[in-house]
Amino acid sequence: MGKTLAEKVWDEHVVRSTAGEPDLLYIDLHLIHEVTSPQAFDGLRLAGRTVRRPDLTLATEDHNVPTLDWDKPIADPVSRTQVETLRRNAEEFGVRLHPLGDIEQGIVHVVGPQLGLTQPGMTIVCGDSHTSTHGAFGAIAFGIGTSEVEHVLATQTLMQAKPKTMAVTVNGSLPAGVTAKDLVLTLIAHTGTGGGQGYIVEYRGQAIRELSMEARMTVCNMSIEWGAKAGMIAPDQTTFDYIEGRPEAPKGADWDAAVAHWRTLVTDDDAVFDEEIVLDASTMTPFVTWGTNPGQGVPLGASVPDPASFEDDSDRVAAENALRYMGLEAGTAMREVKVDTVFVGSCTNGRIEDLRTAAEIVKGRKVDPDTRLLVVPGSVRVRLQAEEEGLDVVFKEAGGEWRGAGCSMCLGMNPDQLTPGERSASTSNRNFEGRQGKGGRTHLVSVPVAAATAIRGTLSSPADLEPVTAPS
Amino acid sequence: MEKFTTHTGVGVPLRRSNVDTDQIIPAVYLKRVTRTGFEDGLFAAWRGDADFVLNNPAYAGGSVLVAGPDFGTGSSREHAVWALQNYGFKAVISPRFADIFRGNSGKAGLLAAQVDEKVVQRLWDLLDAQPGATVTVDLESRTVRAGEGPDAIEDSFDIDDYTRWRLLEGLDDIGITLGHADDISAFEQQRPSWKPATL
Ligand code: SF4
Repeated sequence: MGKTLAEKVWDEHVVRSTAGEPDLLYIDLHLIHEVTSPQAFDGLRLAGRTVRRPDLTLATEDHNVPTLDWDKPIADPVSRTQVETLRRNAEEFGVRLHPLGDIEQGIVHVVGPQLGLTQPGMTIVCGDSHTSTHGAFGAIAFGIGTSEVEHVLATQTLMQAKPKTMAVTVNGSLPAGVTAKDLVLTLIAHTGTGGGQGYIVEYRGQAIRELSMEARMTVCNMSIEWGAKAGMIAPDQTTFDYIEGRPEAPKGADWDAAVAHWRTLVTDDDAVFDEEIVLDASTMTPFVTWGTNPGQGVPLGASVPDPASFEDDSDRVAAENALRYMGLEAGTAMREVKVDTVFVGSCTNGRIEDLRTAAEIVKGRKVDPDTRLLVVPGSVRVRLQAEEEGLDVVFKEAGGEWRGAGCSMCLGMNPDQLTPGERSASTSNRNFEGRQGKGGRTHLVSVPVAAATAIRGTLSSPADLEPVTAPS
Repeated sequence: MEKFTTHTGVGVPLRRSNVDTDQIIPAVYLKRVTRTGFEDGLFAAWRGDADFVLNNPAYAGGSVLVAGPDFGTGSSREHAVWALQNYGFKAVISPRFADIFRGNSGKAGLLAAQVDEKVVQRLWDLLDAQPGATVTVDLESRTVRAGEGPDAIEDSFDIDDYTRWRLLEGLDDIGITLGHADDISAFEQQRPSWKPATL
């Protein structure tokens, strides 16, 4: 019997396999950031251990960093301590670090692919659940906890039980204006937040093939939002073209050898998945969340659901709690929901294509006077590229704020936070209570919806906007 | 790591599903560089509510949390496990755990006991009716027990064999893996040369 993509990559990394024990899996790339690593380095120090493969390890600063005044010392002393601890640990253990101010600094899941370090067929881990992003290249990539970070530092391996495999086949093509984000939000609403639990998921089918590399990252990024261990997409020409020429990509004969191997990383025709979901992309529309978990979403054209309409008791209670927290009435049209802050950024939608899409929509228009637009590039490279293309000017002329690179308002850990009761339309990945700041209310949206919402001040798609009038 | 064989302690009914790790401990509390002291952030958003279960003195000293399905979803932060442990919890019972949370619990020595949804419902009813009642989680026999007489609850819970063995023995994963250093070196010998390196 043939193998699935996930099984091929897994089997290539098994160091040791014994009945009744998890497999010992070799890790090709270990990404590190300041929040989930200090206790791991401490553990090494206490046990007198070293980092086995600093050359397969990369650190960056992202969660705590301010997106204003990034050339000054971090104002919050506790955040500063955490960042300084990372710097000390990187120095002491010989790990490459891209600190604030470095040209390669940025969100860990934006930096890896951008450097060309993320490649097909690899195993990639990080103390961060959105490590699933890297699966877009045909890698097995997943988030781990701090004890596991310590384990990888010390041994360059992890003990892992082999997950089951699932195929998500998305047939047809996405309609114009409907994005990878809408696709994945639709999927999560369909499966619920636990639907992928225990599976490595392979996204396949025409709609997935047609996505750009960055859009594929958006889909894989949110795998964890429906509980999947990891999400993957088989590498193809789109993948190879994206990697070629990047700083850490293989060169010359190495490139040819690598591509020859990467081409074998597809699910065999006779391979069997443990589970399969089939969706039709052609029926998808812009999709937004109304609740406090990523599965609580509806098409933008729909209304806030009535909790009474949920058959399952716990779904109904969850919906009631969510509406109370979100300050929403059942039956309100989603398009009528007024938004205070629009956040464009994060490892889900903070790459250059996302900023180009947002700028195209905002160009020549003005942000609604009661709404704030915050645009945060995922990395310094993305920021510089955007500035070279003049995107920063487009955002600023429209009345938006243009910031430095980092996780920013994706999570309430740095100065960019919602205030209690403040409502956001956010291109990030989590709408949990308090995620973007205590009491903050988050609607997860695509980049086009975010940009249009900034202009109209209520949840909107670009189709709702008045045409831009030519400057007189 | 301390060995875990069996534990009996006050059960705390958390009648919520989808308790994500941002609820268990919000991001602002993650800035410490130690493994201790995270109890202040545990369920921070809910602790301000006088009706929240942890604010009920009857459940003071609670050490067995009984939660709804999909406990520990979201962020990979092991701080969620530490916050529960720092507060005094030894075990969490739920019908479904998020994978990363379950993994982190096993590493850190918090027992994540997966039971049937009906068992959680019965435990909730018991703990609501008799605040302060204890729950026993017996790892050796993989059973949950609570209550007495005809209404007593006794049922099995799921935990994978390997995690159970490690918890029972109190073993440190890294030590076990370093015992296989030769296998790791042999594997490294045959890695293709074109695989990327950071240095
Ligand atoms: S952008 Fe958000 S989801 Fe991504 S790594 Fe940063 S905090 Fe996590």
